[in-house]
Amino acid sequence: MVGLEHYLAVAAALFVIGIFGIFLNRKNVIILLMSIELILLAVNINLVAFSAFLGDLVGQIFTLFVLTVAAAEAAIGLAILVCFFRNRGTIDVEDVNVMKG
Amino acid sequence: MTNADLTILMPEIVLAVYAMAALIFAVYTGKDRTAPMLTWGTAAIFALLAVWIGLNGEGANAAFGGMFVDDGFSRFAKIVILISAAAVLVMSESYMAKRNLLRFEYPLLIALAACGMMVMVSAGDLIVLYMGLELQSLSLYVVASLRRDSVKSTEAGLKYFVLGALSSGLLLYGCSLTYGYAGTTMFEGVVAAASGGEISLGLLFGLVFILAGLAFKVSAAPFHMWTPDVYEGSPTPVTAFFATAPKMAAMGLFARVVHDAFGTVTADWGQIVAFLSVASMFLGAVAAIGQRDIKRLMAYSSIAHMGFALMGLAAGTAFGVQAMLVYMAIYVTMNVGTFAFILSMERDGQVVTDICALNLYSRQEPLKALAVLVLMFSLAGVPPLVGFFGKYYVLLAAVQADMAWLAVAGVIASVIGAFYYLRIVYFMYFGEETEALDPGTDPAQWAFLMASAAIMVLGVVNLFGIEGPATAAAAALVQ
Repeated sequence: MVGLEHYLAVAAALFVIGIFGIFLNRKNVIILLMSIELILLAVNINLVAFSAFLGDLVGQIFTLFVLTVAAAEAAIGLAILVCFFRNRGTIDVEDVNVMKG
Repeated sequence: MTNADLTILMPEIVLAVYAMAALIFAVYTGKDRTAPMLTWGTAAIFALLAVWIGLNGEGANAAFGGMFVDDGFSRFAKIVILISAAAVLVMSESYMAKRNLLRFEYPLLIALAACGMMVMVSAGDLIVLYMGLELQSLSLYVVASLRRDSVKSTEAGLKYFVLGALSSGLLLYGCSLTYGYAGTTMFEGVVAAASGGEISLGLLFGLVFILAGLAFKVSAAPFHMWTPDVYEGSPTPVTAFFATAPKMAAMGLFARVVHDAFGTVTADWGQIVAFLSVASMFLGAVAAIGQRDIKRLMAYSSIAHMGFALMGLAAGTAFGVQAMLVYMAIYVTMNVGTFAFILSMERDGQVVTDICALNLYSRQEPLKALAVLVLMFSLAGVPPLVGFFGKYYVLLAAVQADMAWLAVAGVIASVIGAFYYLRIVYFMYFGEETEALDPGTDPAQWAFLMASAAIMVLGVVNLFGIEGPATAAAAALVQ
């Protein structure tokens, strides 16, 4: 029987993979965008699982909002990335270094 | 019922409709030729809405079953947000026009961001919190990379986007856990689930993730790493905006979450906020010492200031929230003035941000140099000026909440931090001979610099009566 904890475990695993993807990835900014999507999807799994478990629809409504915003976020991220590529000619993470933090 | 709800939301609706209508208007008419008009128009709308909210608001009204709250606290924050956004728009108009940056999207994106901020500080529900925060963040990512043909600006936008999206992800994960373990997304329900000073482990994890996400947005250490790069890379008017209104909105949201949703478990989040506060104050003070670029320096300065504002919150009392609000209002005023000056810094028409360019500035422009001196002293918290009273309030709040160690740490950090503010003053009055800066000609920048400096001096009498509204605002938030 698949219970709430299984869904939460999958979501937690996806979330951690997403975080690691952002911090360990040294190659490509597109992979960063994919990692961000992964984090948001982990949240969605969490919300839907809780929603089903609690028998409460708010979680699923929240999921729809998150999906919509994630789409807008990806669009803006890709637009900024295209501008960056035009100026710099590369999208390697190691080349995002004109300013040193 | 819906009518009453919509009436409460009216300022936000007006702003959102204005932004969309103006966008269509600009696209179908003159495009960028309408930009100056739209900039002034947007600033005027901000000012009108601030007056409207200030005069009309009364008591606490909840719309849509408590999802959207209009109370003294949200009104205080909204007025600060709107006025500072209007000030930044007015003083940046000539800077952007001169550098061919004045696109019609700029004022409209600022308007949408301001709308998001107003929703943030009024949030009574996790979904509303998230939507407001994202409306703000998505607009800000775009304005950060407004200078499309500059590597620095697009890089700033990219860094801000990646780290901002990461912080939204952390915040959302916290929201999902909070929803699951509290059984509701309403702040009232979350408070009820955490009643009796006990909090379940799942809810505690949710709280920690939400706080981490919010700490990113207020740029508190150790989640500050985007701040210096984004401040340096963005066009200066955008930096000026970042340093003012979004900071107030994020602090307002922070206060709302910890008091409205987790107000019964003050001890649990108090230690996290105290840690964020100490880390930010020291990091901001120490890391700024090596900076030569005034925009980077202001970035570290804002990190340190957020540390002080968080100190007020860490106290976990109504007085702490009041101290935080007073501190933020003063901080925003000082930053508007300082950035009005930074916007006017140029040599042969080129933007200069190196602080060495200020060498012996007092000989060329004694009056402006004096105003900057007042602002720097105020930012450092040197006694008779208003900036000192902001610090005094948060320190007092920490001491009253039995957190004397936090207040002592704050005093030490503020002494360390005074070094780099005073160095700017040193350069202006006792530096070496260098090429002179151009005399700034924009009357709006001059006016904001002088007004801000004057407020820092004249405000010592009674802080312009800001204490009363701040007390009422804090009382509305902390029951």
